[in-house]
Amino acid sequence: MPTVTLKVNGKKQSADVDPRTLLVQFLREHLRLTGTHVGCDTSQCGACVVHVNGHAVKSCTMFALSAEGADVLTIEGLANGSALHPMQEAFRENHGLQCGFCTPGMIMTAVDMVKRKGNDLDEETIRHELEGNLCRCTGYHNIVKAIAAGAKAMKSGAKTGKAA
Amino acid sequence: MTSTVTGIGAAVRRKEDQRFITGQGHYTDDIRREGQLHAYFLRSPHPHATIKKIDTAKAEKMPGVAAVLTGVELAADKIGNLICGWAISSKDGSPMNMGPHPALAQGKVRHVGDQVAVVIAETLNQAKDAAAAIDVDYAVLTAVADPAKARDPKAAQIHDNAPKNTIYEWSLGDQAATDAAFKNAKHVTRLKIINNRMIPNAIEPRAAIGDYDAGTDSSTLWVTSQNPHVHRLVMAAFMGLAPENKFRVIAPDVGGGFGSKIFIYAEESVCLWAAKRLKRPVRWTGERSESFQTDAHGRDHVTSAELALDAGGKILGLRVKTIANLGAYMSTFSSSVPTYLYATLLSGQYDIPAIYCEVDAVYTNTVPVDAYRGAGRPEACYVIERLMEVAARELHVDPAELRRKNFIRKFPHQTPVIMAYDIGDHDATLKKALEIADVKGFGQRKQEASRRGKLLGLGYSTYIEACGIAPSAAVGSLGAGVGLWESAEVRVNPTGSVEILTGSHSHGQGHETTFAQLVCERLGIPIEQVTIVHGDTDKVQFGMGTYGSRSGPVGMTAIVKALDKIEAKAKKIAGHLLEASPGDIEFKNGKFTVAGTDKSLAFGEVALAAYVGHKFPTNEIEPGLKEGSFYDPTNFTFPSGCHICEVEIDPETGHTKIARWTAVDDFGVLINPMIVEGQVHGGIAQGIGQALLENCVYDDDAQLVTGSYMDYTMPRADDLPSFNVGTTVTKCPSNPLGIKGCGEAGAIAAPVALINAVTDAVGSEDITMPATAQTVWQAIQKTHRQRKAAE
Repeated sequence: MPTVTLKVNGKKQSADVDPRTLLVQFLREHLRLTGTHVGCDTSQCGACVVHVNGHAVKSCTMFALSAEGADVLTIEGLANGSALHPMQEAFRENHGLQCGFCTPGMIMTAVDMVKRKGNDLDEETIRHELEGNLCRCTGYHNIVKAIAAGAKAMKSGAKTGKAA
Repeated sequence: MTSTVTGIGAAVRRKEDQRFITGQGHYTDDIRREGQLHAYFLRSPHPHATIKKIDTAKAEKMPGVAAVLTGVELAADKIGNLICGWAISSKDGSPMNMGPHPALAQGKVRHVGDQVAVVIAETLNQAKDAAAAIDVDYAVLTAVADPAKARDPKAAQIHDNAPKNTIYEWSLGDQAATDAAFKNAKHVTRLKIINNRMIPNAIEPRAAIGDYDAGTDSSTLWVTSQNPHVHRLVMAAFMGLAPENKFRVIAPDVGGGFGSKIFIYAEESVCLWAAKRLKRPVRWTGERSESFQTDAHGRDHVTSAELALDAGGKILGLRVKTIANLGAYMSTFSSSVPTYLYATLLSGQYDIPAIYCEVDAVYTNTVPVDAYRGAGRPEACYVIERLMEVAARELHVDPAELRRKNFIRKFPHQTPVIMAYDIGDHDATLKKALEIADVKGFGQRKQEASRRGKLLGLGYSTYIEACGIAPSAAVGSLGAGVGLWESAEVRVNPTGSVEILTGSHSHGQGHETTFAQLVCERLGIPIEQVTIVHGDTDKVQFGMGTYGSRSGPVGMTAIVKALDKIEAKAKKIAGHLLEASPGDIEFKNGKFTVAGTDKSLAFGEVALAAYVGHKFPTNEIEPGLKEGSFYDPTNFTFPSGCHICEVEIDPETGHTKIARWTAVDDFGVLINPMIVEGQVHGGIAQGIGQALLENCVYDDDAQLVTGSYMDYTMPRADDLPSFNVGTTVTKCPSNPLGIKGCGEAGAIAAPVALINAVTDAVGSEDITMPATAQTVWQAIQKTHRQRKAAE
């Protein structure tokens, strides 16, 4: 079996993998980072979104071997120690989650959205940018509120996680 | 004081969120067992076929394969069938025709996705590879998917014991009185309604891990369940998979249910059975395509409905005839959904003297249909609220006014269809909704939209529903195989912290917060000192789980009853400690005080004294502080409200944009308004999904056309608006908290409000859910052509 070496949440990881292994399977099965979820089999739901080299990626759409040498950030690496990332805090404060299953993907997408679109996000932009993430519980109302609030909070300089 | 910060009515931020926002939740698929094997199911590609032969020889020799099992082994091990637990009788008294439902097909497959065989292997990929090597020889039969065609004598016969695919022909209400009402009517509004089939789509797919300990002959099942004790009961008592006393079911964090995780399914049954055969843990996690093919679907009614009115617009009678599609097998509670959860709510918010409803339930070659958020009540609400809106249009009266004319204002109110409404104020919810929605300004907005070439429409839904399905004796008399009470246990620790064990199960509802708020309110202790334990049959003795918005009115009332006992015992102990009569002890804000004095003890001090047992006579009062309760409600609860939808339609494309959504609900007393609002948002989104986007489609041969997110349209963020949500309060008289339940209201109220708005905008009643751009565009073209022809 081929070997993959990459950095996950700031820590170097190396493992032999079946070439069919998807990045999400590698994170969940090999590294036991189970915060990244699988909600579909057609890359539609976004529960598996992580950051690869600073960009939001659906980790079910890429092989672990394709992430060779990459810098991967998952939901587990987003907080700065015990201090939550402002976007995590915003989801709690605005009741942006119910069952919690889509939440890690939503938060990782939201952080990426802020990086690309800035800290002042209007409702229309947020709703459009969420086209790759499904939630069945919240009706998105409070997710939209949480992302707008989290985006603003990120401006005030709170540090983001362990990876670039 | 803690009680003002975290007690009843406070928008407390959720305790459970910490683990979910940091990726530390424990869902079933996150759990690993030493030595675990992976199950993969080979499923039928055919809607209907006899299985002539299954050749597993090649698959068994594939690398990593531990076993290949079929219905033959299942039968040899005498594993019982999956069952439906609610007996419904036909009009003529005959029992429902329940066909056999084995966990692995025995001789026949009846829908696409039916389980034919399971491969159990060291890795999932090995199991999949081996499944591809199984050779199944099918003799394909004709199939039927359309419930309206299922009873045709020429249609495929799905179960031998159900002639013409008929499960039951049921009725409710007074036929003669209703017919007489129609004879006296000045106006009759008639509608044909299709309530489209939904696929629940909780974002966490169903999953299970079966485990067996040969040393103690005990079994454990981790499963995505809304009701782990019901799982254990059915799998022990009816399927014979393990004795109940040696069988633990754990439903850990569950990623949404919406009804679909109430039911006992083939996959978890097979995992448990195979684990015992192989003496190793066996796990399965559904892929999304398997969710589409196996999670119980929702709705799927074909209905004709008639409303009789007098000259003044007062309703005289309602007559409804429904064909309900229950799919290829009867799922766990399927029979109750189109009967006692449907026809009993047809009276809506209105004083209707006579109602008669007939329901024919049929088998088709489709996935089984069972409760999906609202379960029968959205279908009932759709019938009566479409009729009201159309009647108002036909009579040229304001739809709000027609509703007011017929509102029930005296409570309790006995409807002609079983329900006795206890309380409500429908004028208040309607009035508040009209204000928030600015209905007064609608005419002006419509003109303004018209200048932009857009069509504006307004639609109402004044709904009522029934929650906290109960009392047990009542549901038992209607055929339920279980009681619908709830249990709670309050364990006070010597340090004064508290564990609440509840038979309710949280899969997004926030019980760890709301139930703790109740305890804070009652005991005056900080919320950090309260832990809610649920979802484990080894910890919680028994419980009926979470569905039908029962966890508030029933589950929390059980906690109240147990807390009453805690307080009573603690007062006795405090009396001894404070050298006063228990009758003179007052308990308030976490303190036991001798009335009229400053002598007091904190709750924690009494808790410690209870366990130390030094300062009260233990021959009179047992040491310790732990109490339990089984609470059986005295009535259903009846949340009600008014939703108003305003849509803007582009006639060029048929695209519907929701311009405003207003929801005013009366849920009684609110424990946590933030969580209640969240439940309303989610319910509305599912309702809008049904009315605007979602549709499960089978072709004429019963092949599932919408089998993935590529072709089943889930509501996404940019399909939906933000919602304007308000509440009014009439306290529920049947429980001490005065709460009614809020989980399903949105999904019940929303579809019909949206369709009423779309039909108003288009000027045609001929629009069936979902009102996709294509459907709406075609209706606009047809209306346009008809107007041209009339000119």
